[in-house]
Amino acid sequence: MLNKLPPVVVHLLAALGCLVLLVLLTFAADPFTNLRIATVGYYLIAVAGLALLTGFNGQVSLGHGAFMFIGAYTVALLVKRVPAFPIWADLLLATVAGGVAGLLAGAAAARLRGPYLAGATLALAVGLPAVTQRFPELLAGSNGLSFTVNSQPAGLVGTIPSTQWQAWIVWLAVLLALVVLANLARGKLGRTLRAVRDDEVAASLAGVHVGRTKILAFLVSSACGGLAGGLQAFLLGTAAPGSFTVALSLSLLAALVLGGLGSLWGALWGAIALVYFQVWTDDIAEVLSLRSDISDNLPLALYGVVLIVVVLAFPAGIQGGLRKLWVRVRRPVPSQRGEAS
Amino acid sequence: MTTFFNLTLAGLSSGAVFAALGLSLVIIYRATRVVNFAQPALALISSYVAYSVTKGTGSYWLGFAAAIVVGTVLGIAVERLLVRPLRNAPELSPIIATMGLLLVLQAVAGMIWSNEPHAFSYAFDFRGRFSAADLFAVLAVLVTATGVLLLFKFTSLGLRMRAAAFNPEVARLLGVRVGVMLTLGWGLAAAVGSLAGLLAVPPFISPTVLDEVFVFALTAAVLGGLDNPLGTIVGGLALGIGLSYVAGLLGPELVPLAALAILVSVLAVRPAGLFGRATARRV
Repeated sequence: MLNKLPPVVVHLLAALGCLVLLVLLTFAADPFTNLRIATVGYYLIAVAGLALLTGFNGQVSLGHGAFMFIGAYTVALLVKRVPAFPIWADLLLATVAGGVAGLLAGAAAARLRGPYLAGATLALAVGLPAVTQRFPELLAGSNGLSFTVNSQPAGLVGTIPSTQWQAWIVWLAVLLALVVLANLARGKLGRTLRAVRDDEVAASLAGVHVGRTKILAFLVSSACGGLAGGLQAFLLGTAAPGSFTVALSLSLLAALVLGGLGSLWGALWGAIALVYFQVWTDDIAEVLSLRSDISDNLPLALYGVVLIVVVLAFPAGIQGGLRKLWVRVRRPVPSQRGEAS
Repeated sequence: MTTFFNLTLAGLSSGAVFAALGLSLVIIYRATRVVNFAQPALALISSYVAYSVTKGTGSYWLGFAAAIVVGTVLGIAVERLLVRPLRNAPELSPIIATMGLLLVLQAVAGMIWSNEPHAFSYAFDFRGRFSAADLFAVLAVLVTATGVLLLFKFTSLGLRMRAAAFNPEVARLLGVRVGVMLTLGWGLAAAVGSLAGLLAVPPFISPTVLDEVFVFALTAAVLGGLDNPLGTIVGGLALGIGLSYVAGLLGPELVPLAALAILVSVLAVRPAGLFGRATARRV
């Protein structure tokens, strides 16, 4: 029956179902876990955006943290300078700011491929946070901006913890953005993106405007990055250049590769892994009472190892593994032609 | 006018470092068509080894030699263990794998030597305008680069390395041991990269110290066309001088963005770099 409905309705229903489940989940979780649930949310939308760009369109971005940086500072500046704006307007503007930055980056990057593009986006990730040093009055240098967001409606203050409310807001925004992404990925744009990824020349012969498609992919992807950064700022109440290192950009890519490049589901597994790697390594470090030199670097080392192992041994990532499993469960007797890929 | 002159001189020595690290990227790109994003981490580990050896023995030059040896060994190991298994993988795979290695090695460096910066000495006196240390950097890079160019151009080994990179199948038919040549290329590149690291690191070493330098080196290599050693050296020196003007006249915090602007504007006009040749793509 679900197959008969248009995809947008299916996606909206799925998002609504997820939201209900998550709200229920936040009632069962303690405030600390709610913070983690919200963190998974904003990483999810950042990685999902990257999935559209790198997985669907084949453009490598080593600098997606830069778009999160833009989103975070947009929210921080709006909260501080224009307190009259409601938080949803701030988040919307953060998304727009990320998108505009992505439009510029995409226009510059449309002619670059492979290692050239990777290098240019890496330069963006290294270079952009330094802008805060350039405008110390506006962007508060390396200390960053801190602020408080009073978004919780008066009726709910005191009845539910603030982290629970924040988790709701984050996931509402993330699920809405995911519905948009899922529709784009399933529709004409998704096919065009993949056509350009697989063969630019063939795609352009088939009437696809290659440059425009690549720029559009960048725009959508970095709008997601902007939203993710805005949500992070909303959640933490700060925006500081130290949070937007090259390591952040690379962790996003690590999450994407681990989850599986070709699907938005992969982004979810990647985002969960990103948050819980940190939690687990902290736990391990505490149990083994490791020196801080070792424990501080453990998550990064783990991301790196994961990137290498996945690329060498499981190029399809977690989602690829799950899909294989699913095919096997549905068809216990292997068909003559072997596994469907 | 003196400011201008001083900035040019300062740019020359930093440009030499970009050129050297860029050269190491180009050697690898020529050999295996991979941009080694782990190159700064290899240089980082060898610089840390130099730091420890120098601290233990009191001799800068023992540390220097140890760094070059360790760097070469690391480069060979990376080619054998990480890059070779991926030689038939999609273009994205080696980028991600070398990025992963970058993260691992930076984290390992932080675990062993801590994230706090340590003092790292120059080879020679570094005080004053175009100091002895600056002169050493420029000379060391020029000598190394000349050596590499001569090796590729005039020796039988260089010819075999070029053949293995240019057309592995035909080279193999002619009796060239292609695998050994590629490994040698990585070892040579890592040695040059280690030299660049030793020159770039001072005055302080910390796990992320080479990130910016790597961006500049990559810019230099791309300016040169990614497979043109001479173009990369010219590109690196020009970039060093140009960025020195940006730092002196506009502010040092804008330098990485200026590098990005240069990179993007050059590639917009010439997508294969200033000295690269455009290649036709086949459907």
